[in-house]
Amino acid sequence: MEIRGLARLICDHPLFAGMSQDYCDLIGGCARNVRFDRGEYLFREGEPANEFFLIRHGRVALELMAPGRGPIRFLTVNPGEFAGVSWLVPPYRWPYDAQALELTRAVSIDGSCLRQKAETNHDFGYDMMKRFMTTLVHRLHAAQLQILDVYSARG
Amino acid sequence: MFIAPVAETASVPIVARIGARRRETHDTWTLAIEAAEFSFEPGQFNMLYAFGVGEIPVSLSGDPGLQGPLIHTVRAVGSASQAITRLKPGDPIGLRGPFGTAWPVGDSTGCDVVVVAGGLGLAPLRPAIYRFLAEREKYGQVVLLYGTRSPADILFRREIDRWRRRLDATIEVTVDHADAGWHGHVGVVTRLIERAAFDPDHTVALVCGPEIMMRFAANTLKAVGIAPQRIYLSLERNMKCAIGQCGHCQFGPTLICRDGAVMRYDHVQSLLTVREL
Repeated sequence: MEIRGLARLICDHPLFAGMSQDYCDLIGGCARNVRFDRGEYLFREGEPANEFFLIRHGRVALELMAPGRGPIRFLTVNPGEFAGVSWLVPPYRWPYDAQALELTRAVSIDGSCLRQKAETNHDFGYDMMKRFMTTLVHRLHAAQLQILDVYSARG
Repeated sequence: MFIAPVAETASVPIVARIGARRRETHDTWTLAIEAAEFSFEPGQFNMLYAFGVGEIPVSLSGDPGLQGPLIHTVRAVGSASQAITRLKPGDPIGLRGPFGTAWPVGDSTGCDVVVVAGGLGLAPLRPAIYRFLAEREKYGQVVLLYGTRSPADILFRREIDRWRRRLDATIEVTVDHADAGWHGHVGVVTRLIERAAFDPDHTVALVCGPEIMMRFAANTLKAVGIAPQRIYLSLERNMKCAIGQCGHCQFGPTLICRDGAVMRYDHVQSLLTVREL
């Protein structure tokens, strides 16, 4: 029952829009509901990256600590988006922090569980990979714009 | 689209005086210029002349519905703009204008309106925002999406707060990077377009900012379903005479000072990717 409820939340998330119920059920088997209070960290730089988070409510800031400057925020993740891609590739470590900016509810999905299912069922794995690639490419393009610093005086 | 007639005296500046000045960010100032009675359309610009230094085009950033001084927001980046931002109340300044085409404020009646601003691009859009909000009942959704570099670079901060409190418009601000004191959005402005609520079939979009940002914004607006003929950009080139005579601001078959600065995206879309322009 719990897995079915989670599978429905997963199917409703834009990342998995249009995904077959079977696949949503597969992901649901690796999922759990989580909640973070304002200021609480979803993950910290250097820790093992064992999961990712489908954000349902709230907002999460991705940030890097800079000596003498404190945390620098480079992206906020909103409901309908997800936080965490480092579970996809070795060494499965977080390269930055993720902090809840307000009370945040999310579905946490176990990366190692999902990788195992993707290895066993390549059709499922390919579907997953296409979905993640779309967001990753969009984020890459956005990051390129941020790096270009187009709003600077010479922009 | 409104195209201003060129007055016979358009090539000769009048001498006006600086009234008030206000610092917006570390390098950007808003100047109130006292001049004779003067009317303009949202999106138009004046040529401002720092005597002995040089002349530059600067968009009007005040409310066209109000009488009073002419409001311009200037970023100190070159010798002329630095000289202009150093002027004190009472100092003389040369002024020609207004020039150029206008944002389609009247033509947007009955539509949803999405205003996408990047950095200093909020200044040329502000007159249009004033009009949309002043006659709020004439429009559907009114959405302002503003992206800038960091929280310290946000223009018209108090005014943005005021607009947010109205509750009848969607005002979203995002920055490229921020420290822990910022609790708003971080990321590029195009991400806000994807999340905004409007009916793309009945939306007019106004975009102003650095040209790279405008290209990406226009692509995203198209991707969410807004037709190119309902997307307007404000372009910038090397404007000198402002009356279509010198050719410095030539952009393919158009002159930005005469045919722009506000132009329809479907008219310039192919030109925006021509590297030589």
